[in-house]
Amino acid sequence: MILLETKGLTRVYGGLTAVDGVDFALPKGEVHALIGPNGAGKSTFVGMISGRIPASSGEVWFDGQNVTPLPAHARIRRGMAYTFQITAVYARLSLADNLALALRSRDRGAALAALDRVGLADRADQMTGDLAYGHQRLLEIAMGVAQKPRLLILDEPTQGLAESEIEGFNALIRELAGETTILLIEHNMNVVMALADRITVLEMGRILASGTPAEIHANRAVQDAYLGTG
Amino acid sequence: MSIGTRSTFLHLGLIALLFVLAFVLPSYHQGNLARIMVLATYAIGYNVLFGYTGLLSLGHAMFFGAGMYGLGLAMQYGGLGVIPAFAVALICAAALSAVVALLALRTIGVAFMIVTLMFAQAGYLTVLYFGAWTRGDEGFVIAQSARQIAGLDLTAPTTRYLAALLLFSAALLITARMMQVSFGSVLIGVRENEERTRMLGYDVFRHKLAAVIISGTISGAAGAGYAVLFGYVGATFTSVQYSIFPLLWVLLGGAGTTIGPLVGTLFMFYLIDYSSGLTNAYMLIAGVVLVLLTLFARAGLVGEIRKRWVAWLP
Repeated sequence: MILLETKGLTRVYGGLTAVDGVDFALPKGEVHALIGPNGAGKSTFVGMISGRIPASSGEVWFDGQNVTPLPAHARIRRGMAYTFQITAVYARLSLADNLALALRSRDRGAALAALDRVGLADRADQMTGDLAYGHQRLLEIAMGVAQKPRLLILDEPTQGLAESEIEGFNALIRELAGETTILLIEHNMNVVMALADRITVLEMGRILASGTPAEIHANRAVQDAYLGTG
Repeated sequence: MSIGTRSTFLHLGLIALLFVLAFVLPSYHQGNLARIMVLATYAIGYNVLFGYTGLLSLGHAMFFGAGMYGLGLAMQYGGLGVIPAFAVALICAAALSAVVALLALRTIGVAFMIVTLMFAQAGYLTVLYFGAWTRGDEGFVIAQSARQIAGLDLTAPTTRYLAALLLFSAALLITARMMQVSFGSVLIGVRENEERTRMLGYDVFRHKLAAVIISGTISGAAGAGYAVLFGYVGATFTSVQYSIFPLLWVLLGGAGTTIGPLVGTLFMFYLIDYSSGLTNAYMLIAGVVLVLLTLFARAGLVGEIRKRWVAWLP
């Protein structure tokens, strides 16, 4: 069953077409990676899915309904969660308060449990701005996961994480896989190959290729455009 | 003891202290404190928007004025009693803040400040324009005989003080409670990171709208209280000066703290009162102290106390 679908999704910035008529379908339960060179339109594409960026034309369908006219917060309420590429946490609030906002509840136990999933439970009462960057990324991921979304959109989640933290992240995503559908923008190809059921390659705002990791790895056009030889 | 319980004790303790002061203060200070509590109510209203939601308005005098004129005109020309006139004042302030919010919230940052400033200026000019009823700058006095609730004479010093305390306590407890429920957390979320809050699924616009209406209505309640307790309604209270005052009080006392508005108002009132006893250039002294405070206590008095010593302060 298809959870998310885009039809001719397009975004034009001035004279530049950042995303150009993308038709995309994401079945329920899949972990799907979006890859592509810088400026390929990945962040704009997921921005339009979440409603953060208005589409110039085209449609977004979520769970069988056309959500294109809905503002971002209403789409989130329907079961999307979005984590930012540039960490966007509440720096002047404690970690627990960050989680309370994500969970819509002041249940401290739930906040601690959500923090525990990324190994930050012992820092619950620290001020978020005092955390190291990697920990702030993990908090951001924890806030996305805590919402128990049906679709979790992660924009470059492992950027700035240490190797050991990336392993933890991979384990967390594998835990979620199956129940949560995940759309992931990722530059780290090791993460992509380890996690993704399928991969879509964007280039110049268009889909260059789509397939399983093995297919993408073997795809000549993708190698030329992006992966290089290797 | 949980933070919630501590806050409740703090607020109830403060109210109890103010109650006791009604009977021990010399009459001069009793009168001052009554006025301070009404103005602090105004500051509490301002703090909802500025301190908690992070929206800086330069036009709150229009909400204070809406309450003041709503009550004053209803009593003067409508012949209403204090309680119905107070209800009219609240309705006026709530309606005005809803209309202003719907238009001004289309802007952010500096534009929001300017739009609110302009709306308030329009309000001030409206008061002058309808001088036949409002008597403009000169204002009008509400007759002493009308300032009574069920035989209680609001012009008697102690009754007036207790009425001011009632108004202040209501505003304090309502906002303190508001900040303990999730609505308040979302306002703080909007202040700290609007985009993140939107992307957690909260309707940011509706929360801001509610914040303006709550803030404007509390400010209007303060304006109405001022009119009925001190018996005077005048255009000065809708001028830009009265939009700046609550900003100063809240900054001095501590933006985003529940008791900061009272502390800031109290501090500035007595700073001016004391320095004007020393010299005619009392605003110079007040100005220097304000500059020093903004340099060395940027979070305000209560804000600094919270930052340095008492982290749980609400």
